[in-house]
Amino acid sequence: MGTYDQIFSTFGLESWCESGEQSGGGPVSMADLLAQNAGTDIPAPSIWKLPFPSMDELHESCAAFPQSRALTKSIEDGFLSIKDGLSFVLDPLTQPLSWFLEGSLWLFETTPWWIMIPALLVLVMLVSRSGKLVAFVGASLLLLAFIDYYTFSVQTLAVIFVCAFLCVMIGVPIGIAMSRSDRLQRIVIPILDMLQTLPPFVYLIPLIFLFSVTEPKLYGIAIILYAIVPVIRLTDLGIRLVDKDVIEAANAYGMTDRQKLFKVEIPLALPNIMAGVNQTIMMSLAMVVIASLVSAPGLGVLVLRGIRNLELGVGLVSGLGIVLLAVILDRTTKLALARINTSQD
Amino acid sequence: MAPRTERETKIAIHNLYKVFGPDPDAALNAVQEGGLSKPELLEHHNHVLGLEDINVDVKAGEITVIMGLSGSGKSTLIRHVNRLIDPTAGEIIFEGRNILECSDEELRKIRREQMSMVFQKFALLPHKTVAENAALALEVRGFARSEYIPEAEKWLDRVGLHGYGDSYPHQLSGGMQQRVGIARALTSNADVMLMDEAYSALDPLIRTDMQDLLLELQQELQKTILFITHDLDEALKLADHLVILKDGRVIQQDEPQTILLEPSDPYIVDFVSDINRARVLRVRTVMEKTTATDGMSIAGEIDQEENLETVIAMAEGDTRKTYLVTDGKQKVGVLRMDMLVKSLVPTEAADDGARAR
Repeated sequence: MGTYDQIFSTFGLESWCESGEQSGGGPVSMADLLAQNAGTDIPAPSIWKLPFPSMDELHESCAAFPQSRALTKSIEDGFLSIKDGLSFVLDPLTQPLSWFLEGSLWLFETTPWWIMIPALLVLVMLVSRSGKLVAFVGASLLLLAFIDYYTFSVQTLAVIFVCAFLCVMIGVPIGIAMSRSDRLQRIVIPILDMLQTLPPFVYLIPLIFLFSVTEPKLYGIAIILYAIVPVIRLTDLGIRLVDKDVIEAANAYGMTDRQKLFKVEIPLALPNIMAGVNQTIMMSLAMVVIASLVSAPGLGVLVLRGIRNLELGVGLVSGLGIVLLAVILDRTTKLALARINTSQD
Repeated sequence: MAPRTERETKIAIHNLYKVFGPDPDAALNAVQEGGLSKPELLEHHNHVLGLEDINVDVKAGEITVIMGLSGSGKSTLIRHVNRLIDPTAGEIIFEGRNILECSDEELRKIRREQMSMVFQKFALLPHKTVAENAALALEVRGFARSEYIPEAEKWLDRVGLHGYGDSYPHQLSGGMQQRVGIARALTSNADVMLMDEAYSALDPLIRTDMQDLLLELQQELQKTILFITHDLDEALKLADHLVILKDGRVIQQDEPQTILLEPSDPYIVDFVSDINRARVLRVRTVMEKTTATDGMSIAGEIDQEENLETVIAMAEGDTRKTYLVTDGKQKVGVLRMDMLVKSLVPTEAADDGARAR
């Protein structure tokens, strides 16, 4: 018997409620079980303790009324029922992602350190043109290698390179399409807002249902979904911000839409697009740690070990390793961005 | 120069209307049938009448200047010529065909090969070098770099930017950037140059330089130029044919000398009252057309294209002198200095003779 018995009897719904009692209750929540064990009685009604007429509270009064767990349960059942169809479509579509990640991991792990480290330094030099940064990157990588975190670090880098690259490949065209159509922009922006604010763990839940945890694409998708937002947003913004006068000049000299896009809009939006790429890389680095819960390799695995086994030192040092990688990636892309900016002012 | 009527009409604008707003056709109807004025249309239909019944002939090889204050619709008008803006009604005939009926492909071809444009804010591509910017039209047309860069360099030399080809636009001053803009228009080798307030963003001294450059180039190249400005001095200096625009309507169009001497509207009277008339008026407009010079004491000979300022300087301010006017070969008239002085007093509007205030 609950607080709201009166309501159901007023509407003459007792028989409906009783039919629910016969068919047996729905799922039993942990709170119910605890309450049963403790054997607490329903307290005397008081206006100060009037419970909100929530689903569970109404269920107390009327057994036929669904509990809140029934709502979430129905979502689970719904998802499970479409799961097979969804995996059937998504599995082959996302399979290349697994291949990319496996290939990249294989490349980074099998290349000997005395080739990998110089190669990374050359890459940093090409992108940033800064000797100071190359020295810093060299010192950081040697330090990580010296304390035996080299393999984990390059695994993290391998995952980030693949995911950030795919984010750019997918995100830039979406951003361009958004800048062309106000309607598409209105549709996409709420989705981006949702992707950005959804707690990262929540991404993992449906993905675990869909794919096997041992597949690299599981964490690949999680990282891409989380990190793709800034590159889409800033591509859209960058192209919308291109000087209208310059676009007019391009039109006046008879450029085709294609010429306008590649010769005017993308080059002029490049500073913004690069800022988006920088953010995307930073966010994939954040996600790669969380994704270690679903078998993403790299420094995140060590962080997880630190938590699980209470190995404080391992957790802290690998955390600092991630910070080092973040600083390296951020400075490198920022310097590249600065170079583009100075050539355009 | 051949008289204006004998020149070929390059661009003819007929009955052009432009209405801005969500339903321009209905609003246009209200203007054409209901005779609403610009403020009435804005009040009752919430549409802006940008251009109203514009008829202008742009003659080949001339500089046609469209002058008006901001909001008069001049920039809108010039964008109709290469259809950066589509009109609500009317037609634009370019070399015998209606631009409004061109397909996208044909329009692109016209923009690439036959019309070039110079912009108020230069509108150069910041990520390309000066030479690449100047070569834009050729690059768009698909020429190879080895062909278009020398061509661009040639025109950059011509506008006084020798050796700047490898710089970037942001390294140049405003005046130099606009020279790049002009070089870009010239490199496209189009007959028609549309200049949208091309010099309005420049400071006065540089502007004078650029006006001289344009006149000098024009002497040599004989392009058809449509020039937009809000500056009457500039308009009078450059124009072969001057169109004065107010609130989207043409209120007078003629040779600049005629507009100055016979303004048809109080608005124009106000406009021209602040002008240094001596610099604009030419000897031929104020001289007495006669070949009988007997009994006159002639102080000297002057060309009919000289402006009055030059004559005053020559006479050292003496109003009693008389000059013989020639067209370079033979005498065409006489100029008495007292007539000259009279012509410097601003004329009132020809139709009603009343000042606007």
